[in-house]
Amino acid sequence: MTQPKISLSQVEHVARLARLELSEADKERMRRELDGILSYIDTLRALQTDGVEPTSHAVPLTNVMREDEPRPSVPQTDMLANAPDPSGEFFRVPRIIEE
Amino acid sequence: MLTRLTIEDLAARFRRGEATPSQAAAAYLERIEALDGRVNAFLTVTRQAALGQAAEADARFTAGRPLSPLDGIPIALKDLLCTRGIRTTCGSRILETFVPPYDATVMARLRAAGAVLLGKLNMDEFAMGSSTEHSAFFPTRNPWDLDRVPGGSSGGSAAAAAADLAAATLGSDTGGSIRQPAAFCGTVGLKPTYGRVSRYGLIAFASSLDQIGPFAKTVADAALVLGVIAGADPRDSTSVDVPVPDYRAALEGGIAGLRVGIPAEYFIDGIDPEVEAAVKAAIEVLRGLGARPEAVSLPHTRYGLAAYYVIAPAEASSNLARYDGVKYGLRVPGGRDLIEMYGRTRAAGFGTEVKRRVMLGTYALSAGYYDAYYGKAQRVRTLVRRDFQEAFERVDVLAAPTTPGVAFTLGEKTDPLQMYLNDILTIPVNLAGLPGVSVPAGFTTSGLPIGLQLIGRAFDESTVLRAAHAYERATDWHLRKPTLEAPPR
Repeated sequence: MTQPKISLSQVEHVARLARLELSEADKERMRRELDGILSYIDTLRALQTDGVEPTSHAVPLTNVMREDEPRPSVPQTDMLANAPDPSGEFFRVPRIIEE
Repeated sequence: MLTRLTIEDLAARFRRGEATPSQAAAAYLERIEALDGRVNAFLTVTRQAALGQAAEADARFTAGRPLSPLDGIPIALKDLLCTRGIRTTCGSRILETFVPPYDATVMARLRAAGAVLLGKLNMDEFAMGSSTEHSAFFPTRNPWDLDRVPGGSSGGSAAAAAADLAAATLGSDTGGSIRQPAAFCGTVGLKPTYGRVSRYGLIAFASSLDQIGPFAKTVADAALVLGVIAGADPRDSTSVDVPVPDYRAALEGGIAGLRVGIPAEYFIDGIDPEVEAAVKAAIEVLRGLGARPEAVSLPHTRYGLAAYYVIAPAEASSNLARYDGVKYGLRVPGGRDLIEMYGRTRAAGFGTEVKRRVMLGTYALSAGYYDAYYGKAQRVRTLVRRDFQEAFERVDVLAAPTTPGVAFTLGEKTDPLQMYLNDILTIPVNLAGLPGVSVPAGFTTSGLPIGLQLIGRAFDESTVLRAAHAYERATDWHLRKPTLEAPPR
């Protein structure tokens, strides 16, 4: 039997990084599915890529600059209109700092 | 029947006063009401707004001053293109109630051209999928066989175009999400060069791959829509300032002497024999029109899919970090603190496929794995690009199948990897950022559409469209229509 590509504890670690709460059943299914996909991705290992430059973008572009001039932007009230819990001109969130 | 007409024919009737934009909008809205209960292409129908926009277009034609070739033309958009004041869900529960405060640049350009928006179209959640079964709301059906999928992720856009529920639609293509559903639904679907169309207001999936493009009844109509939406945009720094030619005019002139490359690697093991036969017959049609087909090799094709399933999820995991229950969209309250709120909101708001890709992407970018996965995939991407560059030193356009098979039945593909394999012939084009189109190229004996894919050099949509137009003129596949009017079985 081949070594699994990803363990249950790695799934739990990645889920924490991704801010995704997973049920116990989800974790095992996710581990199995990621294992299959990662095994397929491993076909890339057969390919010699030493000395090949990486491509991050299909169209070669260097930094695109513009003048730093103020322009009208979307009004604050419009930007707050979709907020689940707006408060005045703020987005309200649950407590961050422990008491 | 106004809903059968191409954009060109409909616009001609408007100009001659034989029909009005209001009549066209009403005809499409009536058809949507009668038939979309069976196809399920629309997530939102903007009836009142459409009739209002159409009435304004009526006045412009009465005054003899239409705004553009699309003035008064009824269109619809994939529901990941932001529309001001109109709910934009991205096919996800997490954005179920999101109402954008601004228009995507493509929407703004279509409005400025006078086009009439009929509504927003269903899609796989966050454009992740190849069947539209991953929509959080409902699956869309293939108009040719309601038991089958329309493809994806722009399944609603393809089905609406094929079923004449809009004169043209827009979709987006990250790994084949325009071309594959166009092939499955027997319609024209064009993915422009990366950077040709502004992505401002497109809800991002994989930013280095995403590109917006049209679905239409004919190649000429797709060319007209592209002409309106293409061009540099100060709001998208990856849009490229290359002049926008008159794509409609560029269709004429034929393809005598055009060098057409046939990539051997696109006729893979496991390809549906009927697809292979149809595409080979299509290549003979091109030869008959004076084109010069020749064999070419794209040796890294088989690695494209694996590279894509590192790069696209990696970019997605980063792009989707913004859905955190704070600024917009769903929030699941409760939990001890902010971090727990994030985790619960995302668990409830994202579907299974989105979670899978966010996990895959986060893993590929995490400490210790970055070089082995993301770095490797980016190097493979270079090799895939080089394959195309070398081929285009010898030929002007590539011809190949769009997909290895035809539309499958709902629920048939349960293994994620089997679903991913659908895009094996479309993904390399995204990795290289090239333009590609799928045009109707025949039907299986069971009556399912087959697509011919034509691929061109970067920013050479004109040649791709000219070849597609010549092929379309020489065949009548695009004239066949699905029958939806019959009573349900």
